[in-house]
Amino acid sequence: MKERLSEETIAMRVVKELNDGDYVNLGVGIPQNCSLYIPAGKEIYFHAEQGVIGYQRTLTREEWQEADLDYPDAGGRFIPSSAGMSVGDIVASFDMIIGGHLDCTVMGGLEVSENGDLANWTYGARESGGIGGSMDLAVGAKKVIIAMTHTTKKGEPKIVKKCKLPLTAKECVDLIVTDLALIEVTPHGLLLKEYAPGWSVEEIQGLTEPQLIVSPDLKEMAL
Amino acid sequence: MKIKVMETFAEAVADIADGASLMVFNWNMGRSTPRNLIRALHEQGTKDLTIISHNFAPARAGNHSFDETDICTALTLTGQAKKIITAWPGGLSQHGSKGPKKSSLLERIGSGTVEMELMSHGTLAQRMHAGGSGLGGFYTPVGVGTIVAEGKEKRTIDGKEYILEKPLRADFGFIRAFKADTRGNLIYRGSVRGGNPVIAMASDVTIAEVDEIVEVGELDPDAIVTPGIFIQRIVKIPAGSYGSASYMQARFRQALDASWD
Repeated sequence: MKERLSEETIAMRVVKELNDGDYVNLGVGIPQNCSLYIPAGKEIYFHAEQGVIGYQRTLTREEWQEADLDYPDAGGRFIPSSAGMSVGDIVASFDMIIGGHLDCTVMGGLEVSENGDLANWTYGARESGGIGGSMDLAVGAKKVIIAMTHTTKKGEPKIVKKCKLPLTAKECVDLIVTDLALIEVTPHGLLLKEYAPGWSVEEIQGLTEPQLIVSPDLKEMAL
Repeated sequence: MKIKVMETFAEAVADIADGASLMVFNWNMGRSTPRNLIRALHEQGTKDLTIISHNFAPARAGNHSFDETDICTALTLTGQAKKIITAWPGGLSQHGSKGPKKSSLLERIGSGTVEMELMSHGTLAQRMHAGGSGLGGFYTPVGVGTIVAEGKEKRTIDGKEYILEKPLRADFGFIRAFKADTRGNLIYRGSVRGGNPVIAMASDVTIAEVDEIVEVGELDPDAIVTPGIFIQRIVKIPAGSYGSASYMQARFRQALDASWD
């Protein structure tokens, strides 16, 4: 079985897309680990949807015994006392999101379509799945990065011509980073820009439903 | 109107009758959730409630989910509810993993015993804000092209698509704050303030559960987040008792290390 990129590597590659001084919201799952890999010299200010912004890391598991329970993020982790952090209420928080103030959101994905539609909040059953802030972030953030596995556990493509699962938002995704590839969503279609080491374009296309455009600058993913 | 300082949580919820609508915020372990008010209403057994809450997840320490009759959250009241309005009924993994039982709420929603109206966190927050600020509705770009748009009026404004969302209000609002003065002015603590301030605006009778009640004049006007105009009742948590910061911290630490196994 050929090796795919680890969740950590996907997170590290996503971090390269974040710019010094960006205000960023990280979703649960693979995206949440991005905060572990911010390099020295790059300041990223994180936002958590219930109403806090400006922290730069969350506590490691070893630090949780000393966690201040009044300072969680939105994913069950805890925020240390952080210079420049400010607290607001949930209305202010979503004004920031929907008002287009956040530079970037990194979320997980269940399906991304050829034209950038996103499905990432439910498998469809009535009693599973909450929307959370996914729809708000998908519409509001200046840049939407989806960090996910390239295929489902059964090996089916998650990058599809048209989403079958209930949508989070239409035409919202800018960049997809998977355990096989980095793909930009463009008006002309999905542009394959980077491949995981050892993976060919044909192999990646074989696990992707819509036809990929191969970038003239195609290169191996590097950190 | 002057606020009522109440001695017990039971007294504060006594007039909540069957069929009432209630807003309450919930966000894990800290000063996010008025756990004593929730527990008092749970013990009172008032039923057929409509509960409006951003988040119905149980409280957690690491991988451990606390039973909702132990550490009270919005989930605690769902056995007495006919309807919930929310953005997050709780992910499947949040209910029952390393906890004492599977999610009764998700089962009740699936079987239709509890009706669920689902929307995004942002839409819920802004609907509460519209309800508290007297608006008849607002146009949002969130949810266009998704199931939340179904049955709602749509409008294109300057070339961009929007959905019309209506205001949300409730008969009662339970909120958790840090300190109140005797006029009901409130300050909060932490990133968990969340929906508490907007619930105070959008509820007809807002009841605040606080750690301390101070004399009017002790809170800095620049620091007050919720003015007492929005508050009808306040109740103090006895020092160190259920729902207090020291109580929650002790329970969290105790459960935490075992939970990682």
